[in-house]
Amino acid sequence: MSAGQRIRYYQVGTNAVGNRLLDPEERTVQARTDRSNAITSGHRACRGCGEALGARYVLDAAMRASEGKLVAANATGCLEVFSTPFPESSWQLPWIHSVFGNAPAVASGIAAAQRAKGREDVRVIGQGGDGGTVDIGFGCLSGMFERNDDVLYVCYDNEAYMNTGVQRSGATPPAARTANTKPIGDHPGNQFGQGKDVPRIAMAHGIPYVATGTVAEPHDLERKVETAMGMRGARYLHVFVPCPLGWGSASQDTIKLARLVKETGLFPVFEAVDGEVTEVSKIRRRTPVEEYLKPQRRYAHLFGEHGHPEIVERLQAMADRNIEEYGL
Amino acid sequence: MLRQMEGSAAVAEAVVACRPEVVCAYPISPQTHIVEGISDLVRAGELERCEYVTVESEFAAMSVCIGASAAGARAYTATASQGLLFMAEALYNAAGLGLPIVMTLANRAIGPPINIWNDHSDSMSQRDSGWIQLYAETNQEAVDLHVQAFKIAERLSLPVMVCMDGFVLTHAFEQIDVPERAAVDAFLPPFEPAQALDPADPMTIGAMVGPEAFAEVKYLAHAKQMQALDTIPEVAAEFEAAFGRPSGGLARGYRIEDAETVVVALGSVLGTIEDTIDAMREDGVAIGALALKSFRPFPLEEVRAALQGAKRVLVLEKALAVGVGGIVAANVRMALSGLSLHGYTAIAGLGGRPITGPSLRGLFDDAVADRLEPLTFLDMDWERVEAELKRLAAGGRSGAHAENILREVGVVAGRSH
Repeated sequence: MSAGQRIRYYQVGTNAVGNRLLDPEERTVQARTDRSNAITSGHRACRGCGEALGARYVLDAAMRASEGKLVAANATGCLEVFSTPFPESSWQLPWIHSVFGNAPAVASGIAAAQRAKGREDVRVIGQGGDGGTVDIGFGCLSGMFERNDDVLYVCYDNEAYMNTGVQRSGATPPAARTANTKPIGDHPGNQFGQGKDVPRIAMAHGIPYVATGTVAEPHDLERKVETAMGMRGARYLHVFVPCPLGWGSASQDTIKLARLVKETGLFPVFEAVDGEVTEVSKIRRRTPVEEYLKPQRRYAHLFGEHGHPEIVERLQAMADRNIEEYGL
Repeated sequence: MLRQMEGSAAVAEAVVACRPEVVCAYPISPQTHIVEGISDLVRAGELERCEYVTVESEFAAMSVCIGASAAGARAYTATASQGLLFMAEALYNAAGLGLPIVMTLANRAIGPPINIWNDHSDSMSQRDSGWIQLYAETNQEAVDLHVQAFKIAERLSLPVMVCMDGFVLTHAFEQIDVPERAAVDAFLPPFEPAQALDPADPMTIGAMVGPEAFAEVKYLAHAKQMQALDTIPEVAAEFEAAFGRPSGGLARGYRIEDAETVVVALGSVLGTIEDTIDAMREDGVAIGALALKSFRPFPLEEVRAALQGAKRVLVLEKALAVGVGGIVAANVRMALSGLSLHGYTAIAGLGGRPITGPSLRGLFDDAVADRLEPLTFLDMDWERVEAELKRLAAGGRSGAHAENILREVGVVAGRSH
């Protein structure tokens, strides 16, 4: 895209701020003509893919913050597959994919190389989906945190293994239907458990910065990336990215669902410095969980004639507990 | 300068002399003394601009090396046994991405039963991972091979595994000459990566490849290993010119010229083999040895040339391919297509069982007299094996063989099923 070309970027919807109403300096990185397009157009993501959007927001903001001196290590998963079908690549930054479970360690290695070479201007980002982060890559992630390696790791969380056909991950929410948690017989989708709250686990490592965000709020997300890039050491960003294919939601509802998950309280949006929560994004219009659940076929078994209102109640209770715990 | 020192300490010094920029390791016996030695040297400031990363697993150790090497840093790690298996996925990745990482493998058995002693089942299990595999016969050769390994790796953009027998070499004290830093600097130029993750020239590494090009990519990996058949002897010759002693290469014969019987082996056991051959030569037996220095790539031509005049070949190996027998032997036989000679395989030294001179003498005598079965297990306690087989045949619960046998021996108390 030529530097002089005008990018029209209209963000619409409830309570959203249209970029054209803001001063140029306050506009998102995405709205700027000089954005890096770190993951450029032409990739093979599905229509309405939240992960592609999240990666673009995060990486363009990180590219801006590092003045283009950024290297990315990517776990196996949708993001890797849809961006690099041989012999093409969407990546406009140096990018490496090794295997599924090692993106945080590969990122650590890149960071170690920069230190050894005295290239502290070159910054490192590790990224993967929820499977690559909270499950198979978790050991490497925890090791990277514990050593406080100079890496920003970003998890694009779409709550299941989408690349392999929507199987349950450690980040799949209770009651959700996946390919191996189907609502068959007495089993109403994924089980209720304690979950694996990786942002909290990251905070327990005492790393300098942990934040969550959604693709519905690019201003907030970009600000968090910028904050993270202004720090050194291990930093963790957990981004909520709806998946129309895996969730059975409409492609045009990706932003709506990302907004609703926050407005219901099911996904707390916050940031934490040195293991302590320092800021939470307040809910603007408190919304019952049904509004978030109903547009998604993965929750269809909870509603209608043979529905499970008691499960919806349990999900509402989870949201209420988040609201109380974080002061959302 | 010759110094009396532990093999691991010497390897640590040799690796530091090669100026790795990123060293990453996870502890596992018998590799520990090497990486502890490197840690000490880095902390003492012997090596400037080196990041020593302590990780949470071998899988992470290899992954950190992958990231570091892809970013253009000279990277090193060391492991053994279960650790090598745990990094297996990353091992294939490092080779496939063409990253010139050097790794010491302190050869150790793979369980169960868990066993920390030496054999070659670890490196043999990863022989087709795409890594070059060099085997040291002595601690001096282990030291020299590390200096050569970085050069071979970087010249070919391929990772190199230097295999040295755990404990037998790693923990043995002997006279070793560790090359001087300045001499290594002259021998080994700074690492200039063929590809690097550099913001000034962004590239994608590790893209997905479908059926349209996958086979070609795999063939190119094979072609690179074939190229290594030239590079390994080249670098060995350069090493000899620079340091004045022969080390490494593809294979080396010992009293092989007129030998009717040739013993093929790799690693430290060659010392005992050569002593046994000397004794048999004094008795007039035409026997020699072929030491394999490079197992991957496998020097088919050199092996064929060395063995084609012999009447029989005995491959002695410290690994067992369960269900078929020898691993090295199968490779040796590929080199002998169309040649008519007796071929024997002896599995020896598993889990650290000593391979003694008298045992070898008996084995070699049997080979020379063509009294051997095609597959032989040296010093096997057949009584013990028969007892366990009999017990199983009688319908006893299978349980773990190890515990059952230990009960028979009286080491473990308790009920025998």
